[in-house]
Amino acid sequence: MDHHSLSIALCGSGGAGVMTAGQMLLDAAATAGAYGLMSKALGPQIRGGEAAALLRLASRPVDSPDDVFDVLLAVDWNNIERFAAELPLQRHSLLIADPAAGVIPPAILKAEPRVVEVPLGALATACGGRVNMVALGLLATLAGLPVEAVEAVIGIELADKGEAAVASSRAAVLAGATAAATIEGIERLPLPATINEGARRWALSGNEASGLGALRAGVRFVAAYPITPATEILEWLAPRLPRVGGSLVQAEDELASINMIIGAAYGGVPSLTATSGPGLALMTEAIGLAVAAEIPLVICNVMRGGPSTGIPTKSEQADLDIALHGLHGDAPHLVTAAAGIADCAFTTQWTVQLAEALQVPGIVLSDQASGQARAIVDALPDPGLRARRQTAEADAEGYMRYVPTADGISPMAIPGTPGGEYTADGLEHAPRGTPSTQAAHHREQLDKRRHKLEQFDYGEDWALCEGDEWADTAVITFGSLTGAAREAVARLNAAGVPVRLLSLRLLAPAQPAAFAAALFGVERALVVEQNHDGQFLRYLRSTCPLPKRTVGHHRPGPVAIRPDEIVKAVMTLIALPQSTLVEEV
Amino acid sequence: MDAVTKPKLKAKDYQSDIKPVWCRGCGAYSVIASITRALAELQLPREEVAFVSGIGCSSRIPAYASVYGFHGVHGRALPLATGLKIARPELTVLAAGGDGDGFSIGGNHFMHACRRNADITYIVMDNGVYGMTKGQASPTAAPDWTGSVLTPDGPGVPAFRPLEIALAAGASFVARSAANDPAQMKEQIVAAIRHPGFALIHVLCPCVTYRPEQQDEFKARAHADWQPTGDRGEAFNRALVDDGYTTGMLYIAPRPVYAAHPAAPATLDEIAAEFTVG
Repeated sequence: MDHHSLSIALCGSGGAGVMTAGQMLLDAAATAGAYGLMSKALGPQIRGGEAAALLRLASRPVDSPDDVFDVLLAVDWNNIERFAAELPLQRHSLLIADPAAGVIPPAILKAEPRVVEVPLGALATACGGRVNMVALGLLATLAGLPVEAVEAVIGIELADKGEAAVASSRAAVLAGATAAATIEGIERLPLPATINEGARRWALSGNEASGLGALRAGVRFVAAYPITPATEILEWLAPRLPRVGGSLVQAEDELASINMIIGAAYGGVPSLTATSGPGLALMTEAIGLAVAAEIPLVICNVMRGGPSTGIPTKSEQADLDIALHGLHGDAPHLVTAAAGIADCAFTTQWTVQLAEALQVPGIVLSDQASGQARAIVDALPDPGLRARRQTAEADAEGYMRYVPTADGISPMAIPGTPGGEYTADGLEHAPRGTPSTQAAHHREQLDKRRHKLEQFDYGEDWALCEGDEWADTAVITFGSLTGAAREAVARLNAAGVPVRLLSLRLLAPAQPAAFAAALFGVERALVVEQNHDGQFLRYLRSTCPLPKRTVGHHRPGPVAIRPDEIVKAVMTLIALPQSTLVEEV
Repeated sequence: MDAVTKPKLKAKDYQSDIKPVWCRGCGAYSVIASITRALAELQLPREEVAFVSGIGCSSRIPAYASVYGFHGVHGRALPLATGLKIARPELTVLAAGGDGDGFSIGGNHFMHACRRNADITYIVMDNGVYGMTKGQASPTAAPDWTGSVLTPDGPGVPAFRPLEIALAAGASFVARSAANDPAQMKEQIVAAIRHPGFALIHVLCPCVTYRPEQQDEFKARAHADWQPTGDRGEAFNRALVDDGYTTGMLYIAPRPVYAAHPAAPATLDEIAAEFTVG
């Protein structure tokens, strides 16, 4: 367990308000100068049903859940055993239960947590408040958060519910805090009295961060079709795009949304849509059109459990194959991965810039774990990456839209430009854009579209290289697992085990030379990913020079891959005899 | 544009130098001629017009005009045109294609484009057959049409009735013309471009190769009996009793046009500051 953080699971059925209380606890921690993150575990019901707010409060930024929960508080036990696997406890964990809520499910007791009974419901009734506010007061006290921080959050969050609601909530918080004071043996729980008070702090989800990155890059048109767990990107952008001169339209389906952004991008406006696996599958034909017609656009694909409808509300990294290989024909395009919640902003912004510069579609992969989790982070400065497209000048003599150039990028005539009139086409074409079935034209345009992506200098942002730079062991990962891998590497380094971390932001086109340089001196590598088949490992094997002793550590969601699991897999890899030929562990 | 210094554009100035793939006698020639004449009548600068299509014989049409064009994927002309129009509202946006492209694979988009009422002119060249794939029944083919080996007993499904669907879905401009009357078609295109909102022009457009009977059929049976009404009920009644060959403006009525809504401006920093806590 990581000493600088406190992990809390707050469980209860839908109407109990555990998400609201969890959100307020996270905001109170931010107010007190701490960091943290919160994800949501929900049952499939539209309203009601089992729910848990999963928090990790910390004295420094965290981008991954910890190994186990230190505290589990349940206001009731409504079907909570359905995601007991997502609520790992250990013997020291504190389990706070209301005796009136009935028998604690055996699945929760398996780890033998220390059970403390608190009459949460009775306390709420006694003070005229709600049970979730009692839980908030109790947990804030356990975390060592000052009461002023909680009161400040109540004042903001409940401002529009009236004075009576604020007063009863305060009373309930106080009742919870008083109850916490009676619990013994909790000295190790509070966060250090804080910490980094000067820094401006943000609270945002990965999906909101993606929206911010899009706006900052210059995206001004978005077509939207709702899908879990990507919808929040679209909902965040909807009211904000018009404020910067852009617009969002709700489409009739994903086929429409992708074609709408192709139309808008053809019109010269940087454009984006967001979706998840099923929607991405519907979009693939038109993404191929954008490749052929050289239309820049970005699709934020927030991955969930698949295939088919799969597990819409849970995280997985299983859309890698379709993102990389889902297009028909030879269709080079960009695939990037956001390395965590905050990085959704940077990676989306960067991908828009790349797509516009290269006149190519880009798919940004994030997942439910990053997209729908909310983190307290230091304010994210604008890295200044902007969409800039090479455009044709008015009345350019002998203008040819798809003329081969040294870098493969041809100036694009934007409607409204006199003399640039051409027809964009998914048919193979001659340099003018006129349809052609000629072998020479086909080869020339295929070469051009491949070349522009391969000659481009992607700079330092293609990957995160961290940890011990002299280590002969590496953990290689991508996306939301970066946080857990980073933490595992830090723990190993602290324990004297030299390991480095390589997290890829740019997945396609593959960067074998940079990859080899980043792994110089590495003799063994663990490739970590959250899907059943090891898609990332397979892709790396086919595109990049991997160390001879490379093994995969991959398994499906929805149970998160946590730092300790990676630590153990690395130790197993290191312990393998030199002579062992390994494919997978 | 300065009318004094710029010479007046003629219909042929809106034609490209690319030779169409269409068969001799194809109704689509009449459509491209009517479009270029309409653009000349309106004197629209070429660079301010964008012409979008899907896939099929008739969807090749944008490349035969000298305006900006987009030949997209099968069935998706309308969403592509919609995105372009919303992002670039000052452009004149035309969309065109065949009955299979518009009413079968693109049928969902057709209904929603009628509903949405973005300012787009949509020309559907209807010949009841998939020509590019060599003659299969389209959604507007008669149920007993046995001309395709794919459906040797006929498609067995009542023909799609595009004008009724358009009215039901909320279209604000619905017209029909026939390839053999390019003057009428040009007038409809001019009116459709001027109409604020989504305008459907359904063209009886013979396929000389797979439906050779259509040339005489459309010529003989087309009758220009519709004068525009703004009464939706009356338009429905006309469409219900239509023999499939009535031409003219069926329905024109004002409706709010879909467009982006402006909002109070904000800087990126102001928007980012919303994330601040503590």
